[in-house]
Amino acid sequence: MTPDRSSPPDDTADLSPVDTASLTLESTIDSGNGPLLSVRDLSVSFQTDDGLVRAVDSVTFDVHENETVGIVGESGSGKSVSSLAILGLLPRSAKITGDIVFRGQSLPALSEKEMEKIRGKEIAMIFQDALAALNPVYSVGKQIAEAIAVHDRDVDKQTLRERSIELLDLVGIPNPSERVDQYPHEYSGGMRQRAMIAMAISNDPALLIADEPTTALDVTIQAQVLEVLERIQDRTRAAIMLITHDLGVVAGVVERVVVMYGGRQVELGSVDDTFYDPKHPYTEGLLASLPRLDRRSDKHTRLHRIVGQPPSLIHLPSGCAFHPRCPYAEVPGRCSEDRPELAEVAPGHRSACFFPERVGSLVEEPA
Amino acid sequence: MTDERTSTGSRPLMPVGVGPALPVAPGDGEFEIASHAEPVARSQWQLFWRRFVRHRIAIASIVVLLILVLLCFGASFFAPFPNNQQDLLLGPVSPNGTHWLGTDELGRDQLTRLLYAGQISLKIGFAVAFISTVVGTAIGALAGFFGKATDQALMRATDLFLVLPAIAILALALEFFGHTDTVIIIVLAGLFWMSVARVVRGQVLSLKEKEFVEAARASGASPLRIIVRHIIPNIIGPIMLNVTLGVAAAIITESTLSFLGFGVQPPQTSWGNMLSDAEGYVGTSQSYLLYAPGLLILLTVLAVNFIGDGLSDAFDPQSEKH
Repeated sequence: MTPDRSSPPDDTADLSPVDTASLTLESTIDSGNGPLLSVRDLSVSFQTDDGLVRAVDSVTFDVHENETVGIVGESGSGKSVSSLAILGLLPRSAKITGDIVFRGQSLPALSEKEMEKIRGKEIAMIFQDALAALNPVYSVGKQIAEAIAVHDRDVDKQTLRERSIELLDLVGIPNPSERVDQYPHEYSGGMRQRAMIAMAISNDPALLIADEPTTALDVTIQAQVLEVLERIQDRTRAAIMLITHDLGVVAGVVERVVVMYGGRQVELGSVDDTFYDPKHPYTEGLLASLPRLDRRSDKHTRLHRIVGQPPSLIHLPSGCAFHPRCPYAEVPGRCSEDRPELAEVAPGHRSACFFPERVGSLVEEPA
Repeated sequence: MTDERTSTGSRPLMPVGVGPALPVAPGDGEFEIASHAEPVARSQWQLFWRRFVRHRIAIASIVVLLILVLLCFGASFFAPFPNNQQDLLLGPVSPNGTHWLGTDELGRDQLTRLLYAGQISLKIGFAVAFISTVVGTAIGALAGFFGKATDQALMRATDLFLVLPAIAILALALEFFGHTDTVIIIVLAGLFWMSVARVVRGQVLSLKEKEFVEAARASGASPLRIIVRHIIPNIIGPIMLNVTLGVAAAIITESTLSFLGFGVQPPQTSWGNMLSDAEGYVGTSQSYLLYAPGLLILLTVLAVNFIGDGLSDAFDPQSEKH
């Protein structure tokens, strides 16, 4: 691995609008003001005792207003680190290169004080484990009120309380005027996640980052929480960046997908393109490994699996990080020697694979 | 449930439909229903109070302490004799109808002296506990939250204070600035904040890794706001416990100092002072002079400790589960 290849020069902040536009998909509704959030060549690395961990490596994507973008990948693929980088919440030991442009403002260039004004107000985050992310000594209402008061100190107590109740009602908490005074431990798992969402939307943010919002919940509650997110989006026209490893969740609510593997972006496209016509073997493998009702199966058939182990971020395989597990890879050859760049395979559909035309046999293969 | 209701009187604690929400008289009926149809909003203080009153001993301790404070600070009203009034001809007498707790060798009424001395002892106890807790909490929280150089600097300063020989410093400071209660309070507070700082730092270290702190940061709260609004409320229990321990320790230290002759100087008196005055009477017919101040110190320290117990339980919202 050559460490300096992916450290872009600092002038990435000056990326021309033309470059941004080229990544804009035809399928997305563009208000003409360009994307709401534009992540350009973002890399995050951590120096550890075992070596340099490249948690995120040259990731580039856009999020438009009122759009839902899914970031998909397995544990350690860099999904959460990307979202923390956007909010500027990574520890100081993290080395960040590339640019994050939000409403024309470069976020990494902002001071901590300026970032505080954006966090929670413009960009809000929904955490995975709502019980851990809620303060145990405050009632839920107090916490929502606090989230509002952080950005607007002039609101009086009564208004804060009413607004908290309204928000709880909006996210579908039954009996909100009573529940508002209860503590997180008195809530059920699904209600806690709703309360988290209520907190996140309390300041009408333009972008919601939901980091695995449904992972800790059971399936029926998952559906309810996703429904709440969709309803919120209809009302507030917020963009949502949905980070998940659950392809089912993605298929249901997302418009565009970013697939990540080993800290790198391997595929980017609309949810239909990506799911019905994957152009990267990793995406294809993920999809093929899902149990499906419409595919015949009996006790002799097994689910597809991606052979091998997820890579170590310290010792990523050479060339394409996926090549040791890839059924189509030419090894030794291009796949193990050169790193594939994200290239357009169809309008608005990009894949970081040298042989995108080979991909597809797994999905179509009769079981 | 019944237990809860009796313990807090008639206030309806249950939400709609469960509580005693029935209209009493037809005339008031409408109003009654309307007032109960609103779910009962329990403020944090109401909840806190409800948990606190479960500690009977803590409640009793508060009553005892309040009575003590009232008697001591209302001494000019309650004391049977003027402060420091001597009756040299009378000399020391055992407890009797006029002098309930007897008199000392100068003929001063023991009960009167106890009440006035209590002013000094209680003032020193509470002031030292309060100041040292505020200082210690601030230093510990800053050190724990910001870590790195801040932590190093503040904690090494704390260590430095810990190795200071307390009695020697006290003796010096008192010689230098005078034996007044204010000087004693400041010096004792300056020697008492370190343990609080260490406890708070440790708690903050573990709390700042919690996801709700990250969530607070993600909602745009500044570091100071996170410390004050999100972290401190989570450790209010240990902090309150430290306050109460501090009150007890300060009263005892002041007694020790007075006993050694470094405390407040006559005509000011504290309970410790009275103890040291009475020291010479152990085993004589005037040994009664020893018991009252000793008992009051014991009573105060115990009461404050029990209150601390009750407080630290009451501040934990999860103790609602039983």
